[in-house]
Amino acid sequence: MIEVKNLNKSFDGNQIITDINASFERGKVNLIIGRSGSGKTVLVKCIVGLHNVDSGEVLFDNTDVTKYKTREQNDLRKKIGMLFQGGALFDSMTVEQNVMFPMRMFSELSFNDMRDRANECIQRVNLVNSNHLYPSETSGGMQKRIAIARAISMNPEYLFCDEPNSGLDPQTAIVIDELIQELTYEFNTTTIVVTHDMNSVLEIGDNILFIHEGKAHWKGNKETILQSDDPQLNDFVYASEFMRMVRKNLRQAR
Amino acid sequence: MKLFSEIGKYAQFMTHVLAKPQKWRVSGRQILQELQDIGVDSVGIVSLLSVFMGAVITLQTAANIDSPLIPAYTIGFTTRESILLEFSPTIIALILAGKVGSSIASQLGTMRITEQIDALAMMGVKSASFLVLPKIIAAVFFFPFLITLSMTLGIFGGWLFGTIAGVVTTVDYIDGLRFAFDPFSYTYAMIKTLAFAFLITSISSYHGFYAKGSALEVSRAATNAVVSSSIAILVSNYLITQILLL
Repeated sequence: MIEVKNLNKSFDGNQIITDINASFERGKVNLIIGRSGSGKTVLVKCIVGLHNVDSGEVLFDNTDVTKYKTREQNDLRKKIGMLFQGGALFDSMTVEQNVMFPMRMFSELSFNDMRDRANECIQRVNLVNSNHLYPSETSGGMQKRIAIARAISMNPEYLFCDEPNSGLDPQTAIVIDELIQELTYEFNTTTIVVTHDMNSVLEIGDNILFIHEGKAHWKGNKETILQSDDPQLNDFVYASEFMRMVRKNLRQAR
Repeated sequence: MKLFSEIGKYAQFMTHVLAKPQKWRVSGRQILQELQDIGVDSVGIVSLLSVFMGAVITLQTAANIDSPLIPAYTIGFTTRESILLEFSPTIIALILAGKVGSSIASQLGTMRITEQIDALAMMGVKSASFLVLPKIIAAVFFFPFLITLSMTLGIFGGWLFGTIAGVVTTVDYIDGLRFAFDPFSYTYAMIKTLAFAFLITSISSYHGFYAKGSALEVSRAATNAVVSSSIAILVSNYLITQILLL
């Protein structure tokens, strides 16, 4: 379980995150949603330690990690898998080498064992005949899957996904969402997904935190989000014509 | 004030870069790759420049000697001194600051804006040391070979084009090369080369590593890398010369 308490973060005097309190449960897909520029990605980067927090606590299984020294931070990060918005695959490495990379750095496995494990992860994300391709030779959806394969290669306890569906077509986006959900349940990870995709929210949102102007504005799940009366949340949820139709149908059904 | 802040940030960056590698086997492979990228891939341009610069130095020296009292071996002597003391170590270093420096800054800048450096950090990899140290080691190891090659080809170019143009004979040229030769000139050139290799790779890496924002920032980082490395080369050239030769 991951908790944040009274978290604050600013850049050059601009307050980005204000006094956020939230908890993210193990074995569930925890979504952080909000408009672009609301502070979602900054919040995640504060949680994983890519940004230092101004004040507040980040607790990984009840241990505050904000005061960790570099070595402790690196040890913690070995338990974290992270999927970046653009995939962040290493351009100079093949798919297989990308997935093997964390093992080459941090495991004592033999080369063959590492390759077997990499292939296992690649198959797990449903990629075939792609081991020797370079990232530039793969599609956006494949890159996301490769990045997921790399993120799970070290059996992480915590999985972070920053806008996993950005730039993907709706069908591929659903495949990625389902994959994240399956992996969360299968490996019992604490999964945090940053998104502003309403399809993802309704598909996989076990817990949802809505960030508005840097503050934790609303908490709930995929069942309660459509029943909320919160104006800011509704502006976000019903921004598209499709979602407005969903609301209309829901009201008629009631 | 900004200069001091940048120097402080650079010094801090270097403390991260010079940390012990987490896995020597992986770093070893990277050093081999960097030897190829930084060193071997520069052999062509260094060779071409050196031959023609040697030729021009010889021809210009010959063109400027019009007194019959100046011995004929002066052409070979001047070519050797110019190439050994300044042309090969300094001018080639400035060329490499452009070629290697911009390439390093672009590579690291692109890795930064595509979050590849963040991905390394998230895996627990000491990203500065992992990415930059192999470049510094490769450059410090290979630049002395490049500069020695440049010296050899520069002197060869001077002889080749000098004799073709008929401004110097082979005997006079070789006499000049051997006249009052002080082996410390080579040592001095190598000391400068090592310093320049370190400065080019570390300063360019610094600019690339801290690139922010968009692709435009990557090109800005590459430009800054070349400008800063060139200034550092010129300033350190003066300081090393002051310390070692005077």
